[in-house]
Amino acid sequence: MLDLSVVQAHEAIAAGELDASQYAEAWAAAAAKDELNAYLWRPEGAAAEGAIAVESPTAAPVAVKDIFCTEGAPTTAGSRILEGYRPPYTATAVRKLLEAGAPILGKLNMDEFAMGSSNENSAYGPVLNPWDRGRVPGGSSGGSAAVVAGGLAPWAIGTDTGGSIRQPASLCGIVGLKPTYGAISRYGMIAFASSLDQCGPLTRDVRDAALMLGILQGKDPCDSTSVGLPEAPRLPDREDLNGLRFGIPVGMEGDLLEDGVGAVFEATLDKIRDLGGEIAEVPLPHAEHGISAYYVIAPAEASSNLARYDGVRYGMRAEASGDVIEMYEATRAQGFGPEVKRRIMLGTYALSSGYYEAYYGQAQKVRTKIAGDFAAAFEDFDFVVTPTSPSVAFELGEKTSDPLAMYLNDFFTVPMSLAGIPAISIPAGLAEPAGGGPRLPVGFQIAAPAFGEQGLLDAAYALEQAIAFEARPSGAPYPPIEGEKRTGSGGEGDG
Amino acid sequence: MAELEAVIGLEIHVQLATRTKMFCGCELSFGDEPNVHTCPVCLAHPGVLPVANEKAIRYALLIAAALECEVAPRSIFHRKNYFYPDSPKAYQISQYDIPIAGAGKLGGVRIHRAHLEEDAAKMIHVGESGRIHGSGASLVDFNRGGTPLVEIVTEPDLRGAAEAAAWARLLRETVRQLGVSDVNMEEGSLRVDANVSVRPAGSEELGTKTELKNMNSFRFLERGIEAELARQRELVEAGGAVVQETLHFHPEDGTLHPLRSKEEAHDYRYFPEPDLVPIVPTEEMLREAREALPELPAHRGARYQEMGLAEDIAMLLAADPGTAGYFEQVVAESEGVEPRVAANWVTGELAAALRQEGGEATAAESKVEPAALATLIAMVQEKKISHGSGKTVLTDLVSEGGDPAMIVEREGLAQISDSGELEAIVSAAIDSNPQAADQVRSGNEKAIGAIVGAVMKETKGRADGGEVNRLIRAQLGT
Repeated sequence: MLDLSVVQAHEAIAAGELDASQYAEAWAAAAAKDELNAYLWRPEGAAAEGAIAVESPTAAPVAVKDIFCTEGAPTTAGSRILEGYRPPYTATAVRKLLEAGAPILGKLNMDEFAMGSSNENSAYGPVLNPWDRGRVPGGSSGGSAAVVAGGLAPWAIGTDTGGSIRQPASLCGIVGLKPTYGAISRYGMIAFASSLDQCGPLTRDVRDAALMLGILQGKDPCDSTSVGLPEAPRLPDREDLNGLRFGIPVGMEGDLLEDGVGAVFEATLDKIRDLGGEIAEVPLPHAEHGISAYYVIAPAEASSNLARYDGVRYGMRAEASGDVIEMYEATRAQGFGPEVKRRIMLGTYALSSGYYEAYYGQAQKVRTKIAGDFAAAFEDFDFVVTPTSPSVAFELGEKTSDPLAMYLNDFFTVPMSLAGIPAISIPAGLAEPAGGGPRLPVGFQIAAPAFGEQGLLDAAYALEQAIAFEARPSGAPYPPIEGEKRTGSGGEGDG
Repeated sequence: MAELEAVIGLEIHVQLATRTKMFCGCELSFGDEPNVHTCPVCLAHPGVLPVANEKAIRYALLIAAALECEVAPRSIFHRKNYFYPDSPKAYQISQYDIPIAGAGKLGGVRIHRAHLEEDAAKMIHVGESGRIHGSGASLVDFNRGGTPLVEIVTEPDLRGAAEAAAWARLLRETVRQLGVSDVNMEEGSLRVDANVSVRPAGSEELGTKTELKNMNSFRFLERGIEAELARQRELVEAGGAVVQETLHFHPEDGTLHPLRSKEEAHDYRYFPEPDLVPIVPTEEMLREAREALPELPAHRGARYQEMGLAEDIAMLLAADPGTAGYFEQVVAESEGVEPRVAANWVTGELAAALRQEGGEATAAESKVEPAALATLIAMVQEKKISHGSGKTVLTDLVSEGGDPAMIVEREGLAQISDSGELEAIVSAAIDSNPQAADQVRSGNEKAIGAIVGAVMKETKGRADGGEVNRLIRAQLGT
C-alpha cells in the first residue's frame, strides 16, 4: 500500500478498500527504518499523543519539518538553542492537517532555522540524500524531501524562504511547491525571514501537492499577513499546454548551470512544445541581483527574529557567572551554529545606523524591481520557467567551506521568493554530476503570478504526465525499483 | 548675557484601557499575581505572530481626533530592536517614520505626533539600587508586557515647569474624558517624560536638551523640570555646555541622576515589521472617532469663559465633565441668572455643602436637582431670601432634596419685606449699640458692622443686607 500516491490512498480509503489506521501504521513502521537521519522525533509507538494525536486517521500521515511548533512534542528548528523545547501550542498548518485527519509521523531534520541549502547546518547532523548517501538532500527542508523520496513518509510539509522547498525537492527527485506569500498561515512556523517564509507541500507528485495545498491554504486570524487563495484548489487534470506561454529568463543561467542540468532543462522545454505550449525568452533584468538582495533582507529579518532566543524563557540556557547580558551571550554563543551566527551578524550590520539605506534600503528597492520584472513578464507570459537548482545533489562537505558557492544554489529560486509569487519544482529527469558519477534527479521550476496556484498546478500536472519521471532511489518502497533506472536511462524525462 | 528661556517638550505614554493586549488576546491587568496574563505570543515563543488590536487602533484614532492630529491614511509598524529582559522578543513593536497621527494641537501647544506601540514587561530589581545595575536579582512580570500604548510627543512649546505641569493636566483630563485610559500616573497608565533645554530669550535655535524620566506625579514633573532648568541655567551662565543625556528623577529627594550610558547607548536598528499589515483607517473608523468625541476640556473651558466665567472656575468645571453638565443644566433651568453666578454656586456653595455632608456624591449625583438650584439662586438674586438663608436652604436640599420654595416656607426664611417691621428692628439695634452708632456718626464706616450683625441676629438672617445698611444710615443721618 505504500506505493500509492496520497490521492490514490485517499480514494482507496474512501472506497473502503484501504483501512486508514493500518495505512498509518504501515507508514509509521516505514518511518522507523530511517537511516537518513531525517527524523528528529517520532511518536512513541505508532501514534502521537496529547494535543497532536489523531484518534481515527482519515488521511495519509504527514511528516513535519521541525520548524513547525507542535504542542507538547519537541520542536528544535534544527538548533541546539531549542534543545528540549516543547511548544505550548501547535502551528496553524499542522493543526489543519490534524483536523483533516492526518496523523503526524514525526518531526524532520532541517538546516538550523532554515538557513542552508544542504542540511549540513543542522545541529543534529546532516540528512543523507536517499539517492546517494554521500550527497546532500538539499535544504533547508532536506528532511522533508528525503523522507518523501526515500519512502519514509507519503508526504511532508516544509518551508521555503529562498528555495528551501523547491531546491531539496529538486535534489531528491520529488515535487515541491512554494505557494504565494500569504496563501498559508505562518502562525507557529518558526520565523527565519518573515517577509519571505512560506509553508508548502513536498510530495511524490503534483496531484498530492494540490491536495495538501487545499488543506493548508486559508486566511488565519492569527496571521495578519495571511489571505488564503481566491478559490480552493482542485486536483489538476489538464493534459495539454495549448495556448500557454512559458518565458525563459534572458541570460539568467550564467556560468552556474551544470551541463547535465542544462540538458534536462532543454529536453523539458521540448516537452512543453510537444504539449502545445509556446516558449520565448523573457527579460527579468533585475533577477540576477536577487541573491544579493536576498542575502541582505533575509539575514536582516533573521537577526531580529532570532533575538528572542536568549535562554530566559525556554530552550537552552548556558551557565554564566556574570549578569543577564553575559548569560545571553553565553547561551547564544553555545546555542547557535556558525551559519546562523554569520547571518545574524550580516543582518545586524545591514540594519545598523548609517548602513541601513545602503544595504537594507537598497535591497528593498531591488526587491521591488524584481517584483516589477515578474509583473511585466506576466503581462505576456503565463509562466516563467528555470532549472530549480544549478546542479544536482552535491557531495557532503563539498560546499561547506564556501558560503558564497552555497548561497548560489538559490540563484533560480530566490527571485520568486522576493516577488512573493508561487513556484513549483517537479522532477524532470536525471543528470550526471559535474564531477561524474551516477545520475541524479534534476528539477524543473515553473513560476506563476501571485495566487495563480491553480493554473500552475494544472500546467505542472500536464508536464509531469509527459515527463513520466519514474526513477526512484534504491531501497524506496515505491514503486518497485528498476535497477537501470537508478543509474541508467532515468525514464522518459532524462534528456 | 541675555536672560535664559526655558524650552520644554513632553513625551507622554498613555496606556489604553482596552480589554486585551496590543498584539494578543491576554487581558490587561494591574496588581494581579505576576505572569498570569501571558500567552505564547506575549512571551515571544518561537513561531508566534502579532495581530493588532482593532480597539486600540480605534482608541488611537479617538486621541488623534481630540488632539486635532492629521491621521495618516496608511501607517506602519516598525521593530525597535534591543536586548533587555523586559522585552521578550528583543524588539518592541512601535511606529517609527509613519505614525498613525501627525501634527495636531491642544491648549496652545503643538502636537508633533502620536503613535501606537506595546508596553514592555515590568522589571523588579531586587536590591538597593532599584535599577538593574548593582541589583542582586531582577524579576520580570510579563502581565504588563504588550499593553497597548499611545505615545504623544509635543513640539517644544512649553516655557516653564508650572506651565508644563498644567498642560500635562489638561492632556490627562482630555484623555480621561475620551474614556480610552485610566490615566493614573502612580499606576503608570500615564507616564510623562520631559525634554528640557534653555536658550537666550528671543533666540530661535534650540539648546542641547536633556530627557527627564520617572516623574510619576504632576508635582514631581514640575519639580523635576524646575531642578533641571536651574541646573542648566547655572551651567550655561557659568560658560558651560549642556550634555545631551537621559536623567532619572529620584522622588525621595527630588534630584536627577544620569542613567548609565550602557543603559541608553542603543542602535535600535528600526525596520518595518513584516508580521503586520499597514493600518489603513476606513472612513467608518474616522467618522466613528469624530462622532464619539465629547466636548473636550480645552474647548469647554474657552466656551465657559465666553459665557462670562472667570478663567479658573471655567477650567475647574471643564476638567470635570459631570459637574460641568450639571452646571449647564442649572443655567438652562434659570431665567435671568447669569452663568457666572450659577457657576459660583455650583463650584462654591454647592461643593461646600456636599463636602460638609461628607458623602462621595458629586453635584450631578446629589439630591439637588439642577432646577431646584436654579430656583434657589433666582430667589437669592431677586432678594426673596438672603444669601445666608440661601446657604441654609442648600444644606437642606443636599440632605433631603425637594423644592427650595417649600423649604423657605417651612423654615420661615422669607426675607422681611415689611419695611415698617425692619425699621423697628433697626431702630432697636441702634439703641442697643450706642458706641457703634456714635462711631458711625463720626465717620467710622466699619463700625456699622456691629449694628448690621445685631439686625441679622434678630431677623435670623432674613433681612437683606443692602436694605439694612441703607436703613441704619438713614436713621443715623449719615
